[in-house]
Amino acid sequence: MAVKTLLSPLPGTFYRRPAPDQPPYKNEGDQVAVGDVIGLIEVMKSFNEVKVEAAGRLVKFTAGNEDAVMAGQPLAEIEV
Amino acid sequence: MAIDTLLIANRGEIAVRIIRAAQELGMRTVQVYSQADKESLAVHLADESVEIGPPAAAKSYLNFDAILNAARKTGAQAIHPGYGFLAENADFADAVETAGIAFVGPTGQSIRLLGNKVAAREVARKAGVPTVPGSAGPINSLDETREILKATGFPVLIKAAAGGGGRGIRIAQSMDELERLMPQARAEAQAAFGDGSLYLEKLIEQARHIEVQVLGDGQRIIHCFERECSLQRRRQKVWEEAPSMALDEKLRQSLCKAAVALAEAVRYRGAGTLEFLFDPRSRSFYFLEMNTRIQVEHPVTEFVTSIDLVREMIRIARGEPLRFRQDDVKMRGHAIEVRINAEDPAKNFAPFPGTVSNLRVPGGHGVRFDSMLYAGYTVPPFYDSLLGKLIVWDEDRDSALRRLKRALGELEVGGLKTTKPLHQALAVDADVGRGDFDTGWLERWLPQYQQALAERSIGEGA
Repeated sequence: MAVKTLLSPLPGTFYRRPAPDQPPYKNEGDQVAVGDVIGLIEVMKSFNEVKVEAAGRLVKFTAGNEDAVMAGQPLAEIEV
Repeated sequence: MAIDTLLIANRGEIAVRIIRAAQELGMRTVQVYSQADKESLAVHLADESVEIGPPAAAKSYLNFDAILNAARKTGAQAIHPGYGFLAENADFADAVETAGIAFVGPTGQSIRLLGNKVAAREVARKAGVPTVPGSAGPINSLDETREILKATGFPVLIKAAAGGGGRGIRIAQSMDELERLMPQARAEAQAAFGDGSLYLEKLIEQARHIEVQVLGDGQRIIHCFERECSLQRRRQKVWEEAPSMALDEKLRQSLCKAAVALAEAVRYRGAGTLEFLFDPRSRSFYFLEMNTRIQVEHPVTEFVTSIDLVREMIRIARGEPLRFRQDDVKMRGHAIEVRINAEDPAKNFAPFPGTVSNLRVPGGHGVRFDSMLYAGYTVPPFYDSLLGKLIVWDEDRDSALRRLKRALGELEVGGLKTTKPLHQALAVDADVGRGDFDTGWLERWLPQYQQALAERSIGEGA
Protein backbone atom coordinates (compact mmCIF):
# COMPACT_ATOMS: atom_id res chain seq x y z
CA MET A 1 0.00 0.00 0.00
CA ALA A 2 1.41 3.34 -1.06
CA VAL A 3 1.34 6.48 1.03
CA LYS A 4 0.88 9.79 -0.80
CA THR A 5 1.77 13.08 0.78
CA LEU A 6 -0.60 15.99 0.33
CA LEU A 7 1.45 19.17 -0.04
CA SER A 8 0.42 22.74 0.74
CA PRO A 9 -0.19 24.56 -2.55
CA LEU A 10 0.55 27.95 -0.95
CA PRO A 11 2.43 29.51 1.94
CA GLY A 12 0.24 30.67 4.81
CA THR A 13 -1.68 29.46 7.85
CA PHE A 14 -3.24 26.00 7.82
CA TYR A 15 -6.70 25.50 9.30
CA ARG A 16 -8.36 22.12 9.73
CA ARG A 17 -11.81 23.59 10.39
CA PRO A 18 -14.07 25.77 8.21
CA ALA A 19 -14.59 28.06 11.24
CA PRO A 20 -13.28 28.01 14.83
CA ASP A 21 -16.64 26.81 16.21
CA GLN A 22 -17.07 24.01 13.68
CA PRO A 23 -15.73 20.44 13.58
CA PRO A 24 -12.64 19.59 11.49
CA TYR A 25 -13.15 18.82 7.80
CA LYS A 26 -11.48 15.42 8.26
CA ASN A 27 -10.05 13.34 11.07
CA GLU A 28 -7.16 10.92 10.98
CA GLY A 29 -8.46 7.54 9.83
CA ASP A 30 -11.20 9.00 7.58
CA GLN A 31 -11.74 7.73 4.05
CA VAL A 32 -11.27 10.57 1.56
CA ALA A 33 -12.30 10.97 -2.09
CA VAL A 34 -10.72 13.09 -4.81
CA GLY A 35 -11.86 16.71 -4.38
CA ASP A 36 -12.64 16.38 -0.66
CA VAL A 37 -11.55 19.43 1.33
CA ILE A 38 -9.17 18.64 4.20
CA GLY A 39 -8.43 22.20 5.30
CA LEU A 40 -7.86 25.84 4.40
CA ILE A 41 -4.72 27.84 3.77
CA GLU A 42 -5.03 31.49 4.71
CA VAL A 43 -2.81 33.69 2.58
CA MET A 44 -2.95 37.42 3.29
CA LYS A 45 -6.47 37.17 4.67
CA SER A 46 -7.82 35.15 1.73
CA PHE A 47 -8.83 31.55 2.29
CA ASN A 48 -8.01 28.72 -0.13
CA GLU A 49 -9.34 25.17 0.13
CA VAL A 50 -6.90 22.25 0.16
CA LYS A 51 -8.35 19.33 -1.80
CA VAL A 52 -7.52 15.65 -1.91
CA GLU A 53 -5.82 14.56 -5.16
CA ALA A 54 -5.84 10.78 -4.63
CA ALA A 55 -8.60 8.81 -2.87
CA GLY A 56 -7.74 6.66 0.11
CA ARG A 57 -7.50 6.78 3.89
CA LEU A 58 -6.14 9.87 5.60
CA VAL A 59 -3.70 8.28 8.04
CA LYS A 60 -1.98 11.31 9.48
CA PHE A 61 -1.91 15.10 9.54
CA THR A 62 1.68 16.34 9.37
CA ALA A 63 0.72 19.98 9.98
CA GLY A 64 -1.40 21.09 12.92
CA ASN A 65 -4.36 23.43 13.03
CA GLU A 66 -3.21 27.08 12.76
CA ASP A 67 0.36 26.05 11.89
CA ALA A 68 2.37 28.37 9.66
CA VAL A 69 3.22 26.38 6.52
CA MET A 70 5.38 26.95 3.45
CA ALA A 71 4.36 26.14 -0.14
CA GLY A 72 5.24 22.48 -0.76
CA GLN A 73 5.20 21.55 2.91
CA PRO A 74 3.47 18.20 3.69
CA LEU A 75 0.04 18.65 5.27
CA ALA A 76 -1.24 15.07 5.43
CA GLU A 77 -0.46 11.48 4.47
CA ILE A 78 -3.00 9.47 2.51
CA GLU A 79 -2.83 5.69 2.12
CA VAL A 80 -4.01 4.91 -1.39
CA MET B 1 8.75 61.66 33.73
CA ALA B 2 9.61 62.50 30.15
CA ILE B 3 8.42 60.07 27.51
CA ASP B 4 11.50 59.24 25.46
CA THR B 5 10.93 55.63 24.34
CA LEU B 6 8.11 54.54 22.01
CA LEU B 7 7.06 50.95 21.38
CA ILE B 8 5.45 50.23 18.02
CA ALA B 9 2.73 47.57 18.35
CA ASN B 10 2.25 47.00 14.64
CA ARG B 11 4.15 45.90 11.54
CA GLY B 12 4.57 46.65 7.84
CA GLU B 13 4.67 50.08 6.30
CA ILE B 14 2.91 51.84 9.19
CA ALA B 15 5.53 50.59 11.68
CA VAL B 16 8.22 52.13 9.48
CA ARG B 17 6.20 55.36 9.27
CA ILE B 18 5.90 55.56 13.07
CA ILE B 19 9.59 54.80 13.68
CA ARG B 20 10.53 57.66 11.35
CA ALA B 21 8.29 60.14 13.20
CA ALA B 22 9.54 59.04 16.63
CA GLN B 23 13.19 59.19 15.64
CA GLU B 24 12.69 62.72 14.32
CA LEU B 25 11.34 63.63 17.76
CA GLY B 26 14.57 62.30 19.26
CA MET B 27 12.88 59.26 20.77
CA ARG B 28 14.22 55.74 21.15
CA THR B 29 12.09 53.22 19.24
CA VAL B 30 11.22 49.65 20.19
CA GLN B 31 9.73 47.42 17.50
CA VAL B 32 7.86 44.27 18.55
CA TYR B 33 7.72 41.53 15.94
CA SER B 34 6.39 38.03 15.31
CA GLN B 35 8.67 35.20 14.26
CA ALA B 36 7.62 35.90 10.65
CA ASP B 37 8.80 39.51 10.84
CA LYS B 38 12.34 39.09 12.16
CA GLU B 39 13.77 40.48 8.92
CA SER B 40 11.22 43.25 8.49
CA LEU B 41 12.31 46.78 7.60
CA ALA B 42 10.79 48.09 10.84
CA VAL B 43 12.96 45.71 12.89
CA HIS B 44 16.04 46.84 10.98
CA LEU B 45 15.24 50.55 11.46
CA ALA B 46 14.16 50.50 15.12
CA ASP B 47 16.70 51.14 17.86
CA GLU B 48 15.64 47.95 19.62
CA SER B 49 13.35 45.03 18.83
CA VAL B 50 11.57 42.34 20.83
CA GLU B 51 10.07 39.09 19.55
CA ILE B 52 6.52 38.62 20.82
CA GLY B 53 5.41 35.26 19.42
CA PRO B 54 4.55 33.07 16.45
CA PRO B 55 3.38 34.36 13.04
CA ALA B 56 -0.37 34.14 13.79
CA ALA B 57 -1.46 37.66 14.78
CA ALA B 58 -3.66 36.27 17.57
CA LYS B 59 -0.52 34.98 19.26
CA SER B 60 1.71 38.01 18.61
CA TYR B 61 0.38 41.38 17.41
CA LEU B 62 -2.91 40.85 19.27
CA ASN B 63 -1.30 39.50 22.44
CA PHE B 64 -1.74 42.14 25.18
CA ASP B 65 0.62 40.48 27.66
CA ALA B 66 3.45 39.92 25.21
CA ILE B 67 3.31 43.56 24.09
CA LEU B 68 3.05 44.99 27.60
CA ASN B 69 5.91 42.78 28.77
CA ALA B 70 8.04 44.02 25.89
CA ALA B 71 7.25 47.61 26.95
CA ARG B 72 8.24 46.92 30.56
CA LYS B 73 11.39 45.10 29.56
CA THR B 74 12.59 47.92 27.32
CA GLY B 75 11.41 50.84 29.43
CA ALA B 76 9.01 52.13 26.78
CA GLN B 77 6.69 54.78 28.24
CA ALA B 78 4.40 54.99 25.22
CA ILE B 79 2.82 52.55 22.75
CA HIS B 80 1.72 53.43 19.23
CA PRO B 81 -0.81 50.89 17.88
CA GLY B 82 -0.75 51.97 14.19
CA TYR B 83 -3.90 50.86 12.34
CA GLY B 84 -5.60 47.46 12.43
CA PHE B 85 -4.54 44.91 15.08
CA LEU B 86 -5.09 46.59 18.50
CA ALA B 87 -5.50 50.17 17.28
CA GLU B 88 -9.23 50.31 18.01
CA ASN B 89 -9.33 47.86 20.89
CA ALA B 90 -10.65 49.79 23.90
CA ASP B 91 -9.56 47.09 26.35
CA PHE B 92 -6.01 47.30 25.06
CA ALA B 93 -5.97 51.09 25.38
CA ASP B 94 -7.19 50.69 28.98
CA ALA B 95 -4.61 47.97 29.73
CA VAL B 96 -1.80 50.18 28.41
CA GLU B 97 -2.83 53.16 30.52
CA THR B 98 -3.38 50.94 33.57
CA ALA B 99 0.20 49.75 33.16
CA GLY B 100 1.27 53.39 33.45
CA ILE B 101 2.15 53.63 29.76
CA ALA B 102 0.84 56.32 27.38
CA PHE B 103 -1.40 55.05 24.57
CA VAL B 104 -0.83 57.00 21.36
CA GLY B 105 -4.49 57.50 20.58
CA PRO B 106 -7.76 58.29 22.32
CA THR B 107 -8.93 56.98 25.69
CA GLY B 108 -10.40 53.49 25.89
CA GLN B 109 -13.69 55.17 26.73
CA SER B 110 -13.68 57.16 23.44
CA ILE B 111 -12.79 54.06 21.42
CA ARG B 112 -15.61 52.11 23.06
CA LEU B 113 -18.16 54.85 22.47
CA LEU B 114 -17.21 55.63 18.87
CA GLY B 115 -16.57 51.98 17.98
CA ASN B 116 -20.22 51.18 18.52
CA LYS B 117 -21.99 52.41 15.39
CA VAL B 118 -25.31 52.96 17.14
CA ALA B 119 -23.74 54.94 20.00
CA ALA B 120 -21.65 56.96 17.52
CA ARG B 121 -24.77 57.90 15.52
CA GLU B 122 -26.33 59.08 18.77
CA VAL B 123 -23.29 61.26 19.54
CA ALA B 124 -23.54 62.70 16.01
CA ARG B 125 -27.22 63.48 16.36
CA LYS B 126 -26.63 65.28 19.65
CA ALA B 127 -23.81 67.31 18.06
CA GLY B 128 -26.15 68.32 15.23
CA VAL B 129 -24.30 66.26 12.61
CA PRO B 130 -26.52 64.63 9.97
CA THR B 131 -26.57 60.82 9.86
CA VAL B 132 -27.95 58.52 7.19
CA PRO B 133 -31.72 58.01 7.71
CA GLY B 134 -32.17 54.78 9.64
CA SER B 135 -32.76 53.30 13.07
CA ALA B 136 -31.90 55.43 16.10
CA GLY B 137 -30.65 52.40 18.02
CA PRO B 138 -30.43 48.63 17.68
CA ILE B 139 -33.64 47.24 16.22
CA ASN B 140 -35.56 44.76 18.29
CA SER B 141 -38.88 44.07 16.64
CA LEU B 142 -40.48 43.80 13.23
CA ASP B 143 -42.94 46.59 14.11
CA GLU B 144 -40.03 48.87 14.84
CA THR B 145 -38.46 47.83 11.55
CA ARG B 146 -41.59 48.76 9.59
CA GLU B 147 -41.55 52.22 11.19
CA ILE B 148 -37.91 52.79 10.24
CA LEU B 149 -38.53 51.61 6.68
CA LYS B 150 -40.94 54.50 6.22
CA ALA B 151 -37.95 56.83 6.53
CA THR B 152 -35.44 54.75 4.58
CA GLY B 153 -37.45 52.95 1.89
CA PHE B 154 -35.82 50.15 -0.12
CA PRO B 155 -33.10 49.22 -0.79
CA VAL B 156 -31.96 49.28 2.82
CA LEU B 157 -28.67 48.30 4.46
CA ILE B 158 -28.58 45.88 7.40
CA LYS B 159 -25.50 46.61 9.49
CA ALA B 160 -23.93 45.11 12.60
CA ALA B 161 -23.71 47.63 15.45
CA ALA B 162 -20.29 46.29 16.41
CA GLY B 163 -19.09 45.88 12.81
CA GLY B 164 -16.62 47.88 10.77
CA GLY B 165 -14.42 47.90 7.70
CA GLY B 166 -17.38 47.00 5.52
CA ARG B 167 -17.90 43.68 7.28
CA GLY B 168 -21.32 42.40 8.30
CA ILE B 169 -23.29 44.51 5.81
CA ARG B 170 -26.25 43.20 3.79
CA ILE B 171 -28.57 44.90 1.29
CA ALA B 172 -32.29 44.12 1.26
CA GLN B 173 -34.38 45.10 -1.77
CA SER B 174 -37.76 44.16 -0.33
CA MET B 175 -39.59 43.26 2.87
CA ASP B 176 -39.35 39.56 1.99
CA GLU B 177 -35.62 39.82 1.59
CA LEU B 178 -35.28 41.82 4.79
CA GLU B 179 -37.13 39.18 6.80
CA ARG B 180 -34.95 36.48 5.30
CA LEU B 181 -31.63 38.32 5.82
CA MET B 182 -32.11 39.68 9.34
CA PRO B 183 -31.68 36.36 11.22
CA GLN B 184 -28.56 35.52 9.14
CA ALA B 185 -27.09 38.95 9.77
CA ARG B 186 -27.79 38.65 13.50
CA ALA B 187 -26.13 35.23 13.74
CA GLU B 188 -23.13 36.40 11.75
CA ALA B 189 -22.70 39.56 13.83
CA GLN B 190 -22.94 37.50 17.01
CA ALA B 191 -20.26 35.10 15.73
CA ALA B 192 -17.95 37.73 14.28
CA PHE B 193 -18.20 40.52 16.86
CA GLY B 194 -19.79 38.84 19.89
CA ASP B 195 -22.72 41.24 19.57
CA GLY B 196 -25.77 40.46 17.45
CA SER B 197 -27.21 44.00 17.51
CA LEU B 198 -28.27 45.26 14.10
CA TYR B 199 -29.37 48.60 12.72
CA LEU B 200 -30.86 49.74 9.43
CA GLU B 201 -29.63 52.47 7.15
CA LYS B 202 -30.94 53.99 3.92
CA LEU B 203 -28.81 52.90 0.95
CA ILE B 204 -27.62 56.03 -0.78
CA GLU B 205 -26.78 55.06 -4.34
CA GLN B 206 -23.93 56.57 -6.33
CA ALA B 207 -22.58 58.18 -3.18
CA ARG B 208 -19.04 59.31 -2.57
CA HIS B 209 -16.96 58.40 0.45
CA ILE B 210 -15.48 61.57 1.89
CA GLU B 211 -13.73 61.68 5.26
CA VAL B 212 -12.39 64.43 7.49
CA GLN B 213 -9.09 64.27 9.37
CA VAL B 214 -9.13 65.70 12.88
CA LEU B 215 -6.49 66.22 15.56
CA GLY B 216 -7.36 66.78 19.20
CA ASP B 217 -5.51 67.08 22.51
CA GLY B 218 -8.50 66.18 24.67
CA GLN B 219 -9.42 69.86 25.01
CA ARG B 220 -9.21 71.47 21.61
CA ILE B 221 -9.96 69.97 18.17
CA ILE B 222 -8.90 71.07 14.69
CA HIS B 223 -9.62 69.57 11.28
CA CYS B 224 -7.08 69.05 8.50
CA PHE B 225 -9.65 69.08 5.70
CA GLU B 226 -11.06 66.13 3.81
CA ARG B 227 -10.00 63.10 1.79
CA GLU B 228 -11.86 61.63 -1.16
CA CYS B 229 -11.82 57.81 -0.92
CA SER B 230 -14.54 56.68 -3.32
CA LEU B 231 -12.42 54.29 -5.37
CA GLN B 232 -12.97 51.03 -3.51
CA ARG B 233 -12.89 47.33 -4.26
CA ARG B 234 -14.89 45.08 -1.93
CA ARG B 235 -15.34 48.11 0.32
CA GLN B 236 -11.57 48.48 0.67
CA LYS B 237 -10.05 51.75 -0.48
CA VAL B 238 -7.47 51.45 -3.25
CA TRP B 239 -6.90 55.12 -4.23
CA GLU B 240 -7.33 58.25 -2.11
CA GLU B 241 -7.05 61.98 -2.77
CA ALA B 242 -7.14 65.36 -1.08
CA PRO B 243 -9.05 67.55 -1.58
CA SER B 244 -12.31 66.04 -2.85
CA MET B 245 -13.37 67.19 -6.32
CA ALA B 246 -17.04 66.99 -5.27
CA LEU B 247 -17.01 69.79 -2.70
CA ASP B 248 -17.10 73.54 -3.13
CA GLU B 249 -15.67 75.82 -0.46
CA LYS B 250 -18.97 76.28 1.33
CA LEU B 251 -19.73 72.55 1.55
CA ARG B 252 -16.13 71.85 2.60
CA GLN B 253 -16.44 74.30 5.49
CA SER B 254 -19.74 72.87 6.71
CA LEU B 255 -18.47 69.27 6.44
CA CYS B 256 -15.27 70.04 8.34
CA LYS B 257 -17.17 72.04 10.99
CA ALA B 258 -19.54 69.10 11.50
CA ALA B 259 -16.55 66.79 12.00
CA VAL B 260 -15.01 69.11 14.58
CA ALA B 261 -18.33 69.44 16.43
CA LEU B 262 -18.60 65.67 16.73
CA ALA B 263 -15.00 65.23 17.91
CA GLU B 264 -15.51 68.05 20.42
CA ALA B 265 -18.55 66.27 21.81
CA VAL B 266 -16.29 63.43 23.02
CA ARG B 267 -13.28 65.68 23.83
CA TYR B 268 -11.29 63.62 21.37
CA ARG B 269 -7.56 63.03 21.87
CA GLY B 270 -5.19 62.07 19.06
CA ALA B 271 -5.65 61.70 15.31
CA GLY B 272 -9.06 60.56 14.11
CA THR B 273 -11.09 60.34 10.95
CA LEU B 274 -14.80 60.94 10.51
CA GLU B 275 -16.22 59.12 7.54
CA PHE B 276 -19.14 60.61 5.62
CA LEU B 277 -21.28 59.56 2.71
CA PHE B 278 -21.80 62.37 0.24
CA ASP B 279 -24.82 62.36 -2.06
CA PRO B 280 -23.77 64.49 -5.06
CA ARG B 281 -27.34 64.85 -6.33
CA SER B 282 -28.77 66.38 -3.18
CA ARG B 283 -25.34 67.75 -2.14
CA SER B 284 -25.92 66.40 1.36
CA PHE B 285 -23.47 64.59 3.59
CA TYR B 286 -24.18 62.03 6.28
CA PHE B 287 -21.91 60.86 9.10
CA LEU B 288 -21.07 57.15 8.89
CA GLU B 289 -18.49 56.37 11.58
CA MET B 290 -15.36 57.61 13.26
CA ASN B 291 -12.06 55.77 13.03
CA THR B 292 -10.13 56.40 16.21
CA ARG B 293 -6.63 55.85 14.83
CA ILE B 294 -4.20 56.95 12.14
CA GLN B 295 -5.38 55.78 8.71
CA VAL B 296 -3.57 54.18 5.80
CA GLU B 297 -4.31 57.21 3.60
CA HIS B 298 -3.07 59.88 6.05
CA PRO B 299 -0.16 60.94 3.77
CA VAL B 300 -2.44 62.73 1.29
CA THR B 301 -3.48 65.05 4.11
CA GLU B 302 0.15 65.49 5.15
CA PHE B 303 1.04 66.51 1.60
CA VAL B 304 -1.69 69.16 1.21
CA THR B 305 -1.42 70.60 4.76
CA SER B 306 2.31 70.08 5.49
CA ILE B 307 1.36 68.74 8.95
CA ASP B 308 3.10 65.54 10.07
CA LEU B 309 0.08 63.76 11.57
CA VAL B 310 1.98 60.84 13.10
CA ARG B 311 4.47 63.15 14.78
CA GLU B 312 1.63 65.29 16.13
CA MET B 313 -0.18 62.29 17.59
CA ILE B 314 2.99 61.24 19.41
CA ARG B 315 3.44 64.78 20.75
CA ILE B 316 -0.15 64.76 22.02
CA ALA B 317 0.42 61.40 23.72
CA ARG B 318 3.48 62.89 25.42
CA GLY B 319 1.12 65.43 26.97
CA GLU B 320 1.86 68.42 24.75
CA PRO B 321 -1.05 70.68 23.80
CA LEU B 322 -2.09 70.91 20.15
CA ARG B 323 0.46 73.09 18.33
CA PHE B 324 -1.92 74.47 15.71
CA ARG B 325 -4.92 76.75 15.64
CA GLN B 326 -7.54 76.08 13.02
CA ASP B 327 -6.42 79.17 11.09
CA ASP B 328 -2.90 77.74 10.85
CA VAL B 329 -4.10 74.80 8.78
CA LYS B 330 -4.01 75.65 5.09
CA MET B 331 -4.59 73.32 2.17
CA ARG B 332 -2.42 73.71 -0.89
CA GLY B 333 -2.34 71.75 -4.16
CA HIS B 334 -3.60 68.22 -4.70
CA ALA B 335 -2.36 64.83 -3.46
CA ILE B 336 -3.15 61.28 -4.62
CA GLU B 337 -2.24 58.00 -2.91
CA VAL B 338 -2.41 54.57 -4.52
CA ARG B 339 -2.10 51.37 -2.52
CA ILE B 340 0.51 48.94 -3.78
CA ASN B 341 -0.72 45.50 -2.70
CA ALA B 342 0.88 42.08 -3.22
CA GLU B 343 -2.01 40.95 -5.41
CA ASP B 344 -2.25 39.83 -9.02
CA PRO B 345 -4.83 41.98 -10.87
CA ALA B 346 -4.81 39.46 -13.75
CA LYS B 347 -5.91 36.67 -11.36
CA ASN B 348 -8.77 38.45 -9.64
CA PHE B 349 -6.39 40.03 -7.13
CA ALA B 350 -5.12 36.72 -5.72
CA PRO B 351 -2.53 37.32 -2.98
CA PHE B 352 1.07 37.06 -4.09
CA PRO B 353 3.55 36.84 -1.21
CA GLY B 354 7.19 36.13 -2.05
CA THR B 355 10.69 37.52 -2.27
CA VAL B 356 11.49 40.95 -3.69
CA SER B 357 14.23 40.29 -6.26
CA ASN B 358 14.84 43.96 -7.01
CA LEU B 359 13.26 47.26 -6.10
CA ARG B 360 13.21 50.60 -7.91
CA VAL B 361 11.63 53.34 -5.81
CA PRO B 362 10.12 56.36 -7.61
CA GLY B 363 11.56 59.74 -6.72
CA GLY B 364 11.59 63.40 -7.64
CA HIS B 365 9.70 66.43 -6.36
CA GLY B 366 6.29 65.75 -4.82
CA VAL B 367 6.73 61.97 -4.74
CA ARG B 368 6.64 59.87 -1.57
CA PHE B 369 6.87 56.09 -1.23
CA ASP B 370 5.88 54.70 2.19
CA SER B 371 6.62 51.01 2.20
CA MET B 372 8.05 48.05 4.07
CA LEU B 373 10.00 46.76 1.08
CA TYR B 374 13.69 46.35 0.41
CA ALA B 375 15.49 44.24 -2.19
CA GLY B 376 15.84 40.68 -0.90
CA TYR B 377 12.95 40.98 1.58
CA THR B 378 10.50 38.08 1.70
CA VAL B 379 6.91 39.24 2.14
CA PRO B 380 5.29 36.81 4.60
CA PRO B 381 1.87 35.31 3.76
CA PHE B 382 0.41 35.79 7.24
CA TYR B 383 -0.73 39.41 7.16
CA ASP B 384 -2.58 41.73 4.82
CA SER B 385 -1.33 42.38 1.32
CA LEU B 386 -0.43 46.07 1.63
CA LEU B 387 3.22 46.51 0.62
CA GLY B 388 3.27 50.26 0.51
CA LYS B 389 1.74 53.42 -0.78
CA LEU B 390 2.82 55.71 -3.58
CA ILE B 391 1.77 59.27 -2.85
CA VAL B 392 2.20 62.25 -5.15
CA TRP B 393 1.58 65.97 -4.69
CA ASP B 394 1.35 68.71 -7.28
CA GLU B 395 -0.14 72.17 -7.71
CA ASP B 396 -3.46 70.90 -9.04
CA ARG B 397 -5.21 67.62 -9.76
CA ASP B 398 -4.28 67.33 -13.44
CA SER B 399 -0.62 67.84 -12.65
CA ALA B 400 -0.84 65.36 -9.77
CA LEU B 401 -2.31 62.74 -12.13
CA ARG B 402 0.55 63.27 -14.59
CA ARG B 403 3.07 63.00 -11.78
CA LEU B 404 1.38 59.80 -10.57
CA LYS B 405 1.66 58.24 -14.05
CA ARG B 406 5.32 59.18 -14.22
CA ALA B 407 6.06 57.84 -10.71
CA LEU B 408 4.17 54.57 -11.31
CA GLY B 409 6.33 54.06 -14.40
CA GLU B 410 9.44 54.31 -12.25
CA LEU B 411 8.20 51.87 -9.60
CA GLU B 412 9.51 48.36 -10.02
CA VAL B 413 8.89 45.56 -7.51
CA GLY B 414 10.66 42.52 -8.95
CA GLY B 415 9.60 39.00 -8.01
CA LEU B 416 6.06 39.88 -6.90
CA LYS B 417 2.77 40.65 -8.61
CA THR B 418 1.38 43.96 -7.43
CA THR B 419 -1.54 46.31 -8.05
CA LYS B 420 0.73 48.73 -9.94
CA PRO B 421 -0.85 47.86 -13.36
CA LEU B 422 -4.33 48.54 -11.94
CA HIS B 423 -3.27 52.03 -10.90
CA GLN B 424 -1.59 52.66 -14.25
CA ALA B 425 -4.89 51.84 -15.97
CA LEU B 426 -6.88 53.99 -13.54
CA ALA B 427 -4.52 56.94 -13.94
CA VAL B 428 -5.32 57.18 -17.68
CA ASP B 429 -9.06 56.48 -17.38
CA ALA B 430 -11.35 59.30 -18.57
CA ASP B 431 -13.78 59.09 -15.61
CA VAL B 432 -10.91 59.10 -13.13
CA GLY B 433 -9.38 62.02 -15.05
CA ARG B 434 -12.59 64.02 -14.55
CA GLY B 435 -12.87 62.88 -10.94
CA ASP B 436 -16.26 61.48 -11.88
CA PHE B 437 -16.78 58.38 -9.73
CA ASP B 438 -18.69 57.03 -6.74
CA THR B 439 -18.09 54.14 -4.33
CA GLY B 440 -19.51 51.62 -6.82
CA TRP B 441 -17.53 52.88 -9.85
CA LEU B 442 -14.45 50.65 -9.50
CA GLU B 443 -16.50 47.44 -9.14
CA ARG B 444 -18.44 48.36 -12.30
CA TRP B 445 -15.21 49.21 -14.16
CA LEU B 446 -13.20 46.12 -13.14
CA PRO B 447 -14.81 43.46 -15.39
CA GLN B 448 -13.79 45.24 -18.61
CA TYR B 449 -10.30 45.86 -17.20
CA GLN B 450 -9.91 42.19 -16.26
CA GLN B 451 -11.18 41.19 -19.68
CA ALA B 452 -8.53 43.38 -21.30
CA LEU B 453 -5.83 41.86 -19.07
CA ALA B 454 -6.92 38.33 -20.02
CA GLU B 455 -6.81 39.15 -23.74
CA ARG B 456 -3.40 40.75 -23.41
CA SER B 457 -1.97 37.68 -21.62
CA ILE B 458 -3.32 35.40 -24.41
CA GLY B 459 -1.64 37.72 -26.93
CA GLU B 460 1.64 37.52 -25.05
CA GLY B 461 1.42 33.73 -24.89
CA ALA B 462 0.97 33.40 -28.66
